[in-house]
Amino acid sequence: MNALRKYVDKIKPNFEEGGKLHAFRSVFDGFETFLFVPNTTAKSGVNIHDAIDSKRIMSMVVIALIPCVLFGMYNVGYQHYLAAGVDASFWEKFFFGFLAVLPKIIVSYLVGLAIEFVVAQWKNEEIQEGYLVTGMIIPLIIPVDCPLWILCIAIAFSVIFAKEIFGGTGMNFFNVALITRAFLFFAYPTKMSGDQVWVATDNQFGFGAADKIADGFTAATPLGQAAAGQDITASLSDMITGFIPGSIGETSVIAIAIGAIILLWTGVASFKIMCSVFVGGALTALLFNGIGSADNLVANIPWYEHLVVGGFCFGAVFMATDPVTSPRTSGGKYIYGFFIGALAIIIRAYNPGYPEGMMLAILMGNLIAPLIDYCFVQSNINKRLNRINK
Amino acid sequence: MSQLFSKENKEAFFGPLFANNPVAVQVLGICSALAVTAKIEPAIVMGLSVTVIVALSNVIISLLRKSIPNRIRIIVQLVVVAALVTIVSQILKAFAYDVSVQLSVYIGLIITNCILMGRLEAFAMMNGPWESFLDGIGNGLGYAWVLVIVAFFRELFGSGTLFGFQVIPESFYDLGYMNCGIMLTPAASLILVGCIIWFMKAREEKAAKK
Repeated sequence: MNALRKYVDKIKPNFEEGGKLHAFRSVFDGFETFLFVPNTTAKSGVNIHDAIDSKRIMSMVVIALIPCVLFGMYNVGYQHYLAAGVDASFWEKFFFGFLAVLPKIIVSYLVGLAIEFVVAQWKNEEIQEGYLVTGMIIPLIIPVDCPLWILCIAIAFSVIFAKEIFGGTGMNFFNVALITRAFLFFAYPTKMSGDQVWVATDNQFGFGAADKIADGFTAATPLGQAAAGQDITASLSDMITGFIPGSIGETSVIAIAIGAIILLWTGVASFKIMCSVFVGGALTALLFNGIGSADNLVANIPWYEHLVVGGFCFGAVFMATDPVTSPRTSGGKYIYGFFIGALAIIIRAYNPGYPEGMMLAILMGNLIAPLIDYCFVQSNINKRLNRINK
Repeated sequence: MSQLFSKENKEAFFGPLFANNPVAVQVLGICSALAVTAKIEPAIVMGLSVTVIVALSNVIISLLRKSIPNRIRIIVQLVVVAALVTIVSQILKAFAYDVSVQLSVYIGLIITNCILMGRLEAFAMMNGPWESFLDGIGNGLGYAWVLVIVAFFRELFGSGTLFGFQVIPESFYDLGYMNCGIMLTPAASLILVGCIIWFMKAREEKAAKK
């Protein structure tokens, strides 16, 4: 660690004003503060100091995502060999998934960080760290068969139009990762939904058993099956452990739960939002079960299954709790979470075009979050005014 | 001759093309800009129709401006615009039926286009016919070029064609290239119009700094 510090200090003058690598100062600054907590403080204004800065918070979320990444990799391989009907060892499955998922993670970081670096340099600012988490989430919420070039376009679009034009990290009012997914969903629907994209049917870098998979192989997600009017084939235990087709990181409730515990224990994510999303989803699903309908299979899925299939858990734990795009007021968090949970189930049940409603529900929640905050703040002001006037 | 193209008249014509563009700066006429720009051909026809209608209605209202009672001026303006729109719509149906089918109600809806009423109220009611004509042509073309640029990108990336001819080679599709479906939705034209506004603001700021 000391040697690294010395090396960083040695190359530092190159990047300062007048140095020959001055053009890359924001890149250098970004890496330096990523490695070491800076010991300089702000020079003006009133500042609240905290032991933890946003780079450390971001790193915590990335750590919480690791179980999902690892399980996602394994499940990609598991589904591939299952489709091929080939017995493969644990490591073969994991290695296959590793080869399938790693390029997506690399592309995600390369494209997103490149844009961040260019913008920081252009605006003469420090590099913002927000993409650290976004870049890890994006590969987890897309199907494994999503081509890399499409991913590049979607990431470029969302980082520029959902984040940078609003002023960068902390200023965006939509979750950047979800905008990426929404762009993919509406721009290239054949690569984002249906029953052909959830299982990798090609070899990855020559590795795998693609020749054993029948041409035109299809595997729908449980929600896709229900939306198409078929019975769900996956068992409840598979849904919880995550051995079902789906977006890369969203399938395993157990992996997500580990992440949730890390997030809650470190205080990064809001318990109020997480809980109320589940409560909202469960109550709405219960309501639909109660109403019942003969031809709408999605509405008839029992409430506990609604909560464990699709992106519900992943969305509730990692996306809805995004501190930038969720409300700040304590009461607002409950409303916001409840709204997202309820809306996700409503979209699932009553919009056959979208088998999964979590993405649209959270984006909708992001949209009304400032309004929720406004209402709560105003009502607080009014309450206190009344108290004075009495 | 020099009077016909005096500085004010040039301003009346060139102002709305860029510095005071009706779509990109005043953000008028957005609904039709979103609706007809999925292909270039209808966008050009729409742009030209609006240009003709704004120019002619500007001239007519400007000729009538002194005899229109102030209280009923909006109704008079509407009658003039509606008559012109009907004429253009009939001409399109007679000579360019396919395009008029694609444009469907949006030719008729030119009546409600904010650019028209805006120019009639703000310009034709206080200026002579020749200035009003130049102003109308300028505003119409200012509207048209934004539409054509938006339509160019939407058609190129949404359908892989330009003027209906395929320009993205088949070999690209074989390699895995796909048309971007979002470009066919009105949302894309909103984003593209936003980019044009962004570009023009940035240019303006740069010019202001100098």
